[in-house]
Amino acid sequence: MTQKNPMHSFLHKYVFSSDHKVIGIQYGLTSLFFLLFGFILIMIMRWQLAYPGQPMPYAGNIFGENNMPGGIMLPEFYNQLGAMHGTIMVFLGVVPLGFGAFGNYLVPLQIGARDMAFPRLNMLSYWIFFVAGFLMLLSFFLPGGPTGNGWTAYPPLADFAHDGQTIWLFGMFLIIISSLFSSINVIVTIFQLRAPGMSFDRLPFFVWGQLITAFLLLLAFPPLEGAAFMQLMDRLLGTSFFLPSGLFVNGQVANVSGGGNALLWQHLFWFLGHPEVYVIILPALGIVTEIIANNTRKNVSGFDYMKYSVIFLGFVSFIVWSHHTYLTGMGTNITAFFQTTTMIVSIPSVIIITALFITLWGGSIRFNLPMLFALAFLPMFGFGGLTGLPLGLAATDIPLHDTYYVIGHFHYVVAPGVIFAIFAGIYYWFPKMTGRKMNDFLGHLHFWPTLVCMNIVFFPMLIMGLEGVNRRLYDGGETYVFMHNVLHWNVIISWAAWIMAIAQIPFIINFFGSILKGEKVNSDNPWQSTTLEWATPTPPPHGNFTKPITVYRGPYAYSLEGSSKDYSPQNEKDI
Amino acid sequence: MHDTEFEMVPYKIEAREDTGLYNAKFAIWLFLASEIMLFGSLFSAYILLRVGSLSWPVQSEFLNVPIGALNSVILVTSSMFIIRAWSALKADDFKKFQKYMWLTITFAIVFLCFKGVEYAQHFMHHEYPKTSVFLALYFLLTGLHALHIIGGIIVNIYYVGPGSRLRAINKQWFINRVEIAGLYWHFVDIVWIFLFSMLYLL
Repeated sequence: MTQKNPMHSFLHKYVFSSDHKVIGIQYGLTSLFFLLFGFILIMIMRWQLAYPGQPMPYAGNIFGENNMPGGIMLPEFYNQLGAMHGTIMVFLGVVPLGFGAFGNYLVPLQIGARDMAFPRLNMLSYWIFFVAGFLMLLSFFLPGGPTGNGWTAYPPLADFAHDGQTIWLFGMFLIIISSLFSSINVIVTIFQLRAPGMSFDRLPFFVWGQLITAFLLLLAFPPLEGAAFMQLMDRLLGTSFFLPSGLFVNGQVANVSGGGNALLWQHLFWFLGHPEVYVIILPALGIVTEIIANNTRKNVSGFDYMKYSVIFLGFVSFIVWSHHTYLTGMGTNITAFFQTTTMIVSIPSVIIITALFITLWGGSIRFNLPMLFALAFLPMFGFGGLTGLPLGLAATDIPLHDTYYVIGHFHYVVAPGVIFAIFAGIYYWFPKMTGRKMNDFLGHLHFWPTLVCMNIVFFPMLIMGLEGVNRRLYDGGETYVFMHNVLHWNVIISWAAWIMAIAQIPFIINFFGSILKGEKVNSDNPWQSTTLEWATPTPPPHGNFTKPITVYRGPYAYSLEGSSKDYSPQNEKDI
Repeated sequence: MHDTEFEMVPYKIEAREDTGLYNAKFAIWLFLASEIMLFGSLFSAYILLRVGSLSWPVQSEFLNVPIGALNSVILVTSSMFIIRAWSALKADDFKKFQKYMWLTITFAIVFLCFKGVEYAQHFMHHEYPKTSVFLALYFLLTGLHALHIIGGIIVNIYYVGPGSRLRAINKQWFINRVEIAGLYWHFVDIVWIFLFSMLYLL
């Protein structure tokens, strides 16, 4: 017998672990941190928007004289916060939560596998992601601060920006490598490691969502990698991929060889950028479907249509990217094509949401916390989707482009939409991950104020956008007279955002408190669910299942006739 | 650690019946799909920039076509050698495997040397990536391709060297790994054929 070094075994078990569940939790904690960090960035910006030019009380001095002299925010600092808010929320917050955390934790469990197909590659993905996030944070300590070019990094501006942009490109490069590895891992896992009997039509919708998400990540991210190479060469080797001839910078002709095209970046970026929207949404739809099926105690209506929809959506999402670039003068024929495909891609999402709504019909609904978040997700996400239609049609997009309407639209999709689904997922799978329940009272204290504040934050943005308030004005629009009759909303939005931050405190207390002191669950299947992750011990050990798993039926066999209980797990032969 | 992981993940070596693939072969096809998207985006960039340009050099006069053509032959030959190496391994002839593997590696290094000669010629004429968009694209595409070659060389040296110890544990597993290295190597080869046609000839 050899004596094991306790430090070594701790590192092996919790830090450099190749167990998919540990990696999922690592992803979860890291990206929840980034979610909070990105939220703090926007709360600082909201002060400047509500009270432009006034010194920030209490916290104004900690950002230094270079950023906020006398507590008053400089425009450059505002731009940096905005760019990093977008980057961090999308690439380090929401995507790794949906795909990295929930995907890693649940996909092998739900298909009855003992681990991912490539456990050590999985660990590598996480650590590359971690380094990328670290680089992004590090850029705040550069002499010139982080990048201030917006999360889309459009050239020519980005080509001439200070060093923060180079760090951003390296960070993005690592994020792309990391998601490439995880997407390969997830696809191979789903195809190769399904338990006996787990045919594709018996896969839970969550797994379908993860599968399509993985394909989108696999095929949509590499073009941005190519674009990032080109921008890096523009910045470091003096090439002109994105710099046209005769470009003026600061009133002088720029000393570059020219011949490039700034639109090239926009097309490559949005070729990633639009599938990325579905990378954000599909895991959320998967989570909500699981929770709604479980808490209505019935099969999901139109489950087959949902599966076909999500596959169709995956394909079409690759040919809609140019609805982000209607204003670049790319020509009416191309515009006509992309607005047609954009209208088409909205159909499958509507089918999925409608199927979930119909599922509620006639169900005996349990209004527990995960279900509350899932129920709030449906209308909020639907609202976000519907407000997107005017942006998909060129005629209405032209006046709305780059206004607060756009901000309102996609935040409705992501914040009360996807983030609510993520909260729902945390409350739902917390008992499986830790063996303890989260507190109900604190959960309600988290849910209701957050729901109200979300709407007070994002609905006025639609109103402001329709008045023509531009999205990137660091003074909130004070210098434009025609915006003055809607600017009072800025104060209301800011206060709602800060109150919403306070409403997250119960969640944080609940999350960490319940790990230590939460009420213990006395069953491996506390929600009486049918899918395979509940057939494991709580919390699942390395290797997940204690006995071989065979699957006998589809994922949502609730309230079957002739069954003694109202749920029939996939792995139990008798109903 | 190796053993427990081995038990946890099935189809590491043998193919799954309904997909007809073992895990790593599935993964390499997915990886190559993403590589096609990476090179595809750069090829599209080439098309867009060339179509939109006011003047474009006559590529076949600007670049060294004989060296490029020779390099194509070298790379296709090395691609053939890696198949011979794989089939020798399947026939359990390890000596022959090593011979063809080293030939593959040598040809790849010769390819890189010729590429280096071309680069040196450009630099001597003061032709750098920043000189023109065409040169920027040329250096980006061939440079990225050269990085893929270097990666392939490292993998191939690993399998002919320390990696071949796996053969003592499980012969089929090692054959699979060489097959995957071969698939990757063919891909790098095909990319070069497209690069040569597009950059040197068109």
